[in-house]
Amino acid sequence: MNSVSLSIALLLASGIRISTPLILGALGETVTERAGHLNLGVEGMMMLGGALAYTVALHTESVILALLGGMLGAMFGSLVYAFLTVALRANQTVTGLALTTFGVGLGNTIGKLGNGANVPSAVTQFFGKGPLTLNLDGIENKPVIGPVLTFINEAILKHNIFVYLAIILAIILYIFLFKTRAGLHLRAVGESPAAADASGINVNRVKYTGILIGGALAGLAGAYYPLAHIGTWTDNITGGRGWIVVALVIFVRWHPIKAIFGSFLFGLLDIIGLRLPTLFPGVAGLAIFSEYAFNMYPYIMTIIVLIASYIRGRKGWMGPAALGHSYFREER
Amino acid sequence: MKFRKIGALVAALGIVAGFALTGCEGSVKSGDEDTTTAAAETEIDADAETTAQDEADADTAAATDKLNVGILYISTKTDGGWSQGHAEGFAKAVESIGADKVQLFEKENVPDTDAQATENAVRTMIEEQNCGLIFATSFGYMETLERLSHDYPDVKFEHCSGFMTSENMDNYFGQIEQARYLSGIVAGYKTESNKIGYVAAQPIPEVIRGCNAFTLGVRSVNPEATVSVKFSMTWFDPGKETETAKALLDEGCDVLAMHQDTPSTLKAAEDAGKFAIGYDLSAAEVVPDAYLTAPLWDWSSYYEHKMNAVMNGTWTIEESWGGMKEGLVALDELTDLVPEEAKAAVEELEPQIAEEGNAFVFAGPLKDQDGNEVCPAGKSLSREEQMEMNYFVEGVLGQIPSN
Repeated sequence: MNSVSLSIALLLASGIRISTPLILGALGETVTERAGHLNLGVEGMMMLGGALAYTVALHTESVILALLGGMLGAMFGSLVYAFLTVALRANQTVTGLALTTFGVGLGNTIGKLGNGANVPSAVTQFFGKGPLTLNLDGIENKPVIGPVLTFINEAILKHNIFVYLAIILAIILYIFLFKTRAGLHLRAVGESPAAADASGINVNRVKYTGILIGGALAGLAGAYYPLAHIGTWTDNITGGRGWIVVALVIFVRWHPIKAIFGSFLFGLLDIIGLRLPTLFPGVAGLAIFSEYAFNMYPYIMTIIVLIASYIRGRKGWMGPAALGHSYFREER
Repeated sequence: MKFRKIGALVAALGIVAGFALTGCEGSVKSGDEDTTTAAAETEIDADAETTAQDEADADTAAATDKLNVGILYISTKTDGGWSQGHAEGFAKAVESIGADKVQLFEKENVPDTDAQATENAVRTMIEEQNCGLIFATSFGYMETLERLSHDYPDVKFEHCSGFMTSENMDNYFGQIEQARYLSGIVAGYKTESNKIGYVAAQPIPEVIRGCNAFTLGVRSVNPEATVSVKFSMTWFDPGKETETAKALLDEGCDVLAMHQDTPSTLKAAEDAGKFAIGYDLSAAEVVPDAYLTAPLWDWSSYYEHKMNAVMNGTWTIEESWGGMKEGLVALDELTDLVPEEAKAAVEELEPQIAEEGNAFVFAGPLKDQDGNEVCPAGKSLSREEQMEMNYFVEGVLGQIPSN
């Protein structure tokens, strides 16, 4: 395998690494928004999840407990959000923003208790392994099949379990949302809670479920940073990616499978400027390939998608119809 | 309905408890702000009494009173890097002057790209907390601070890493490049692949200068080696910093240096079984298998000097730019992973660099990346030339992003 194709494989691998938490976060927010609730607290929930996962990993050295801790930490945040917006019908935007402030502050406070200690090697070794990595001894130098397999191995198969978990969860959520009765109920609540209510669906239970699933997935997204990506805790470890997730969900139009590709595209744009100039020295001077431009593209693309679906008018679906509205049963 | 009321109560309690917990951070942050504010208020009361008793003595009473010092940080005081270095400097200065004489009013997470947030923070410190001296510890506060300095002629302003001054506004920085150069010597001896990586934050002269000094240090002992630079375009994003480091490692770099606010680069190097040079704070305990050394700041003596100067009425504009000689800058103790010859070379050169300062680091002949001479033999770059540095020296691979 020559060095250019290896570099491209490593570029794709880097994109996958940085986009995995985006997939998880976007899946969570997709479910929440499909249930009609705009939760802008993703960043806060990711921080809570990350901090809890890190703390549990430090004390128990257990992968399973660390992941559970991360999910529960973020679910605590989403439960507060759910109670305020479903039961008390508080403004969803304001509550979500409050959850971000709250989650980032509390997450930093909890994370700091670990004093920056490294995640125990029992945990990092687990996440350091690639369960799908191929052993290419002997095949490597064969024509055609050797380079192709090496490329796939380097780009796609050498990742930790989080990456494949995210993709499996996306497929499960797709089946749940579009192929099951429960998923239909959830979408119905997001489109028209009154109609759903009239047909006998327990609206509040569905809303709580959607929001809590969203919290659990945001917790996994947060847990990715200390457990699998960085290996320790630092303040504001998520780097503001909870906000990217909110844009991403609109970009992929509330669809779990599209979330995989959308996240990968956003992730790739995040890191491509680091590797492109080495790969193609010629392009480095061009303004459209500058670091500044790459930082801008995800938002430009989201705006384009929004405008495009608006132009398509009534045929273009603009997201769950009841998104952001509180449901009052007696209101007509 | 009853259930809902109970639920609301529980939720409210939960949120209050949560804020109390986050408040713990707050109390670390602003050093019992409540008590200090209370103290400040009683102080004002005391002032008022003095004025009532003897108006003529009021000024002198205020002058001998406790000095309130306002501080702006761009991130948290425990960020493991830049702001923590400053916070430790202030804490040491207060310890040495005495907590009965100075009182700190610290504000974290003030974005230096947000002029309004900066202005609000400074005005609160001066008008409500009675601060007579303001330290702003990030580059972007500069213009706002300069503008405000005209509004409050009796308050002294100190700005870190900028170039503006006014009647009552001073700037200060240090020649960290001396320590960067020495750390480059360590990297030059340590590398086996002759490829060294440098994770840089934003493309501004401060970062470019540091990278150039490092490269000059590397090439002084290992002319074969090159330094590959990649800009993460952020001061503080652990995920992006990790990926920047990995991009350099994938290119075959075996020693990484960095100019970032978190230790993520060092972590990535350790995970790959490679070596790393830190910045701001020692990371010997964080990454024991990778850590070689780090250029460090020690702001305490400067802060003590300036606080004393305000209290004694001897404050002047100094545009201080100290280095190793003044104790402002140091190279962390070299770990056991550093080759013996590198230790010897650093030890031999340290006194000379401390004596000659950045003039030694940026002494001619210097060539830029494209081979153009930027400084002839026998001369050194002037302070202005260093402050405006916008090119890489020979030996650096990589480009400065342009917009």
